Amino acid sequence: MHQVEVATTQETLLDNPEMILNMGPQHPSTHGVLRIILRLDGETVIDLDCDIGYLHRGMEKIAEHRLYPMIAPYWDRLDYIAAVSNGLVWVETVEQMLGLEVPPRAHYIRTILTELNRIASHLLWLATHGLDIGSFTVLLWALREREEILKIFEQQFGARLTCHAWRIGGMPSDTYADFEKDVQRFVDNFPARLAEYETLLSENRIWLGRTVGIGVISAADAIAIGLSGPALRGSGVAWDIRKSRPYAAYADMDFDVPVGENGDTYDRYLVRLEEMRQSRRIVQQALTNLPDGPVNAKLPKIIKPPVGDYYHSIEGPKGEIGCYLVSDGTSRPHRVRVRPPCLINLQALRQMCIGHLVADVVAIIGTLDIVLGEIDR
Amino acid sequence: MPLVNVPQPTWKEKLKRFFMIDLLEGMRLTLKFNVGALTDKNSVTGKGIYTEQYPKVRPNVAPRFHGAPRLNMDPETHESLCIACNLCALACPEDCIDVIPMDIEIMTAGKARKKKVLDEFIFDTSRCMFCALCQEACPTACLELTQEFELATYSRAGFVWDREMLEQGRETRKFEA
Repeated sequence: MHQVEVATTQETLLDNPEMILNMGPQHPSTHGVLRIILRLDGETVIDLDCDIGYLHRGMEKIAEHRLYPMIAPYWDRLDYIAAVSNGLVWVETVEQMLGLEVPPRAHYIRTILTELNRIASHLLWLATHGLDIGSFTVLLWALREREEILKIFEQQFGARLTCHAWRIGGMPSDTYADFEKDVQRFVDNFPARLAEYETLLSENRIWLGRTVGIGVISAADAIAIGLSGPALRGSGVAWDIRKSRPYAAYADMDFDVPVGENGDTYDRYLVRLEEMRQSRRIVQQALTNLPDGPVNAKLPKIIKPPVGDYYHSIEGPKGEIGCYLVSDGTSRPHRVRVRPPCLINLQALRQMCIGHLVADVVAIIGTLDIVLGEIDR
Repeated sequence: MPLVNVPQPTWKEKLKRFFMIDLLEGMRLTLKFNVGALTDKNSVTGKGIYTEQYPKVRPNVAPRFHGAPRLNMDPETHESLCIACNLCALACPEDCIDVIPMDIEIMTAGKARKKKVLDEFIFDTSRCMFCALCQEACPTACLELTQEFELATYSRAGFVWDREMLEQGRETRKFEA
């Protein structure tokens, strides 16, 4: 008789409670092509690691081989949701390096349109974040309002998403005929729309269950990681470059910087909603005080910033977006370095996710509001 | 779990939750919107339809829209406005424009003079990012990005537009509304 040996003491696959789960890159909730490798115990996240670079286009290297005015369209393709804000970083960096005085009208129009872009970006965030968590109506309604802003962009810049909005020294052209009317109509209609989102979400028990206490990050940790934008302000740190280092026409504007208390997903949602209200206030003020005059500064024929380096950053919808520019005195930059808010905000993902469920990972990616075009560059 | 202290609901909030006030509020809002949408007479076609009927009804894009490129002609003489100065090709970040000039002899005031005119113009729309820097560089308002936005073709070669295509425009299939 042959005896069959049964290995009873050996560990089998079923004895090990840990599991490796691959999420993405082709996952709708990763807002692009982000691959997350999760280590799970049951449904709880023990550890995770991100794999990025699927959208790398080498924009910083491309910029070394282009003339200064040619680089602006590439900036639109970093954070394509907020192309107008991104374009502003580049032109302001070069302008300040050249020491150009931009006319006040251009500054005011830049303020109006970047704030509209912030609202558009936050609306898209609200739409996709709502969809991830399971609120479909918000997706449709938020995109409806975003459409109004994109129509203004199309009339003004000739494109809806990658606008190529600004030129060094000013703007490609003055505002179109109905610009003020269109912006005023949006400003008038917007508060009622925001109130609708609040009715749908702010007290909804499903929304509260999915966001309150999820993805908590303390103020000290947020500063240590280097978070910026609403992700930082949700933790209670009132840091806003529009206030601390005003650019464009923000020094003349009156607005508040909303902050959260707990640093969880719900607080960041409230902060972004309040930011949209403040943005609307800024647009209204800038529109009322819109000065007349030229929109372009006098430019040299060939743009050659002096030898040296310069760093300038603005408060983008996602956080501090900056440009570090090294010039060697020729017509092409020696080095262009982007300070990407999304990449640095993404570093908080591991700390925020550990201990939560897999379904919450989706909510936390949503609340960080990342755009992979900017992370990978 | 790193959770924050979630405040305990008061009895009033508990009562609200029991009667599902939070959910009913949202449902009331969406229902109101649906009734409004169905009874609205000012929708796109007057039939309560909001969807754009795309191939039949084409959207009106903005006058400044950056779409398909075109080489403009002089409306009177029907000659190309292009002076083959190559500024558009120099302004293009993606290097997708090729201007090929040729020299012709013309008689001015009884003397034979050489003049540079446009022979061939190649525009690679597959690499174009529609930034309109070429349009701004053009000194004679010849090269223009038009409101035409249907650029799809069946082959890669179809994206490369030559002078004839740039001057005449591409034929697009129109649908009856």
